[in-house]
Amino acid sequence: MIKFILKGIIRDRSRSLFPVLTVLLGVALTVLGYCYFSGVMTSWIQTSAKFESGHMKIMSRAYAENADQMPNDLAFIGVKNLMADLKKDFPDLIYAQRIRFGGLFDIPDEQGETKAQGPLAGLAVDLLSEESPEREMLNLENAVVRGRLPEKQGEILISDDFARRLDIQPGQTSTLISSTMYGNMATANFIVVGMLHFGITALDRGMMLADLADIRSSLDMEDAAGEILVFFDDFVYQEDAAERIAEAFNAKYSDDEEEFSPVMETLRGQGGMADYMAMVNQFMGVMIFSFIAVMSIVLWNAGLMGSLRRYGEIGVRLAMGEDKGHLYRSLITESLVIGVIGSILGTALGLAFAYYLQAKGINLGNMMQSASMVINDVIRAKVTPISYVIGFIPGLIATFIGTSISGLGIYKRQTSQLMKELEV
Amino acid sequence: MENSFLIKTQDLVKTYPMGHTKIFALNGVNLNFRPGEFAGLVGPSGSGKTTFLNIVGSLDSPTSGSAVVMGKKIEDLSHKQAAWLRNQNIGFIFQTFNLLPVYTVYENVEFTLLLLKMSAEERKDKVMQALEWVKLADRAKSKPAQLSGGQSQRVAVARAIVKEPSIILADEPTANLDAENSFNILDTMEELNRELGTTFIFATHDEKVIKYLRRKITLVDGKVAKDEALEQKKVKGGNQ
Repeated sequence: MIKFILKGIIRDRSRSLFPVLTVLLGVALTVLGYCYFSGVMTSWIQTSAKFESGHMKIMSRAYAENADQMPNDLAFIGVKNLMADLKKDFPDLIYAQRIRFGGLFDIPDEQGETKAQGPLAGLAVDLLSEESPEREMLNLENAVVRGRLPEKQGEILISDDFARRLDIQPGQTSTLISSTMYGNMATANFIVVGMLHFGITALDRGMMLADLADIRSSLDMEDAAGEILVFFDDFVYQEDAAERIAEAFNAKYSDDEEEFSPVMETLRGQGGMADYMAMVNQFMGVMIFSFIAVMSIVLWNAGLMGSLRRYGEIGVRLAMGEDKGHLYRSLITESLVIGVIGSILGTALGLAFAYYLQAKGINLGNMMQSASMVINDVIRAKVTPISYVIGFIPGLIATFIGTSISGLGIYKRQTSQLMKELEV
Repeated sequence: MENSFLIKTQDLVKTYPMGHTKIFALNGVNLNFRPGEFAGLVGPSGSGKTTFLNIVGSLDSPTSGSAVVMGKKIEDLSHKQAAWLRNQNIGFIFQTFNLLPVYTVYENVEFTLLLLKMSAEERKDKVMQALEWVKLADRAKSKPAQLSGGQSQRVAVARAIVKEPSIILADEPTANLDAENSFNILDTMEELNRELGTTFIFATHDEKVIKYLRRKITLVDGKVAKDEALEQKKVKGGNQ
């Protein structure tokens, strides 16, 4: 019977072509959409992890509560001891101390008068020590578009867009005007040795990247750090493991009563990240459901049209003694065959586009001029093993639902009218 | 003797509602058919011919009275049981041929056997035999669109006969055929009736068909007006 059904599908284009094209299109869009959102999520998580959140992040409790304000007056003190303990307790993890700071960037002219000035968002990382993972992690070699990387104390990098706005050239002296961790005014001179372009609008707008030791000294933050970012050694975020580690850390080091005691938060737990991720997952669910609903309606209509066109065939089959249930099931089998064919073709098409977008990406930089989200301007799709099967969910469910509804007409068909109907 | 009847109807009544009144399509029909009959129901339109075929073909059930086909009471059958009775024992030939256009002649005939879950080898033997009977073995691979009206109706006959049913019900089988094709198809059906012993019951008002009948039942207003045995007046090929 399956062979008989297949022959019918292959030979009767009006029975197969339109439904296959409908499924193909819906499945291709689902696969492409899934891959693209996977790409967005992966890029967002990776970028956020590297620049902001780590896979886990240690802060003082007070700092954590006001993290959006970069409150260095609430920074954690006693980093050296804590780092020694961490390396003993969790030796397989990678640690990166960071200080975030804000301030005014001042460029003097030959007379020492202000030539240009602008607000900046600063980040201090360990740029100079050999064991530091930062250069590789932040991909600094590739991010420097003019000048060079810092080689000694007192040298900094700034974002290229910022440099162009203030007309700063590599080698130029600049002054950071900020405040110490104790609230006093702080000024420090640096030499801008290179310009950065991360391709992340939020960072490229006005960033200063300096060595941790320089900023500690400038902002009076010896043995302090705003944040200690913690990474898994393979740089792949693992939600369950992160939760376990954070739980163990907090149980040992954190004290609810002490606002300067350290606390560890996972990537998902920071800055509403969990809400964003849940929102994206929900959006994916809505997208798949929408495709199922739209395709079901289209295929339902296609099924109704097919039933009208095959009215005679269905009548003859009933007259020959084919049970209504058998006939109904054979139509559903037929639609599932179409669903499988459409899903395979749609998945292939969707994956082809997804692989293209994985290689090329789409530059959304112009749309993110005022974005504060740390995400790459070029959003690439990401093909995962699930991408190969996700399209089959709407592809098969929609064909099944569409045919199941349209095929119900078989049960309403009066066999007593067949003779009359088949005379036409 | 009663047990030898293939079909037996008793006080068969079929009514259809029409506003507040009832239309009697069949009104107390008592008819019996033995195996191997070549019988026809004749009468004007609305006399109940098709309704009678519907009921004995288990496509419809009577309003009252009884119709027993192959030992099964039609009025007691569920839809599934009725379908099974048609599948196993009854073949239909319609006025229009109703062949499945995307399938070949062979596949159109084979479909009936697929429903009987026969093996591929057995199906092949039976389909080719049926096509031999209707002299269309050489057109097995043709599509219905490539056949003439007469050939299409012969495929429909092959489709009805391939499972070797006990009964074949034919509703105006020659209505869409010219005289020559009508005689050809009637010759074929008569031959099958004689060789296989299949009971043929026609609903017709075509004189060409009537000439082939061995029993003519005249229905008027849902009642049997006349039930007569005929001496065949035709000679093979329709020449008189």
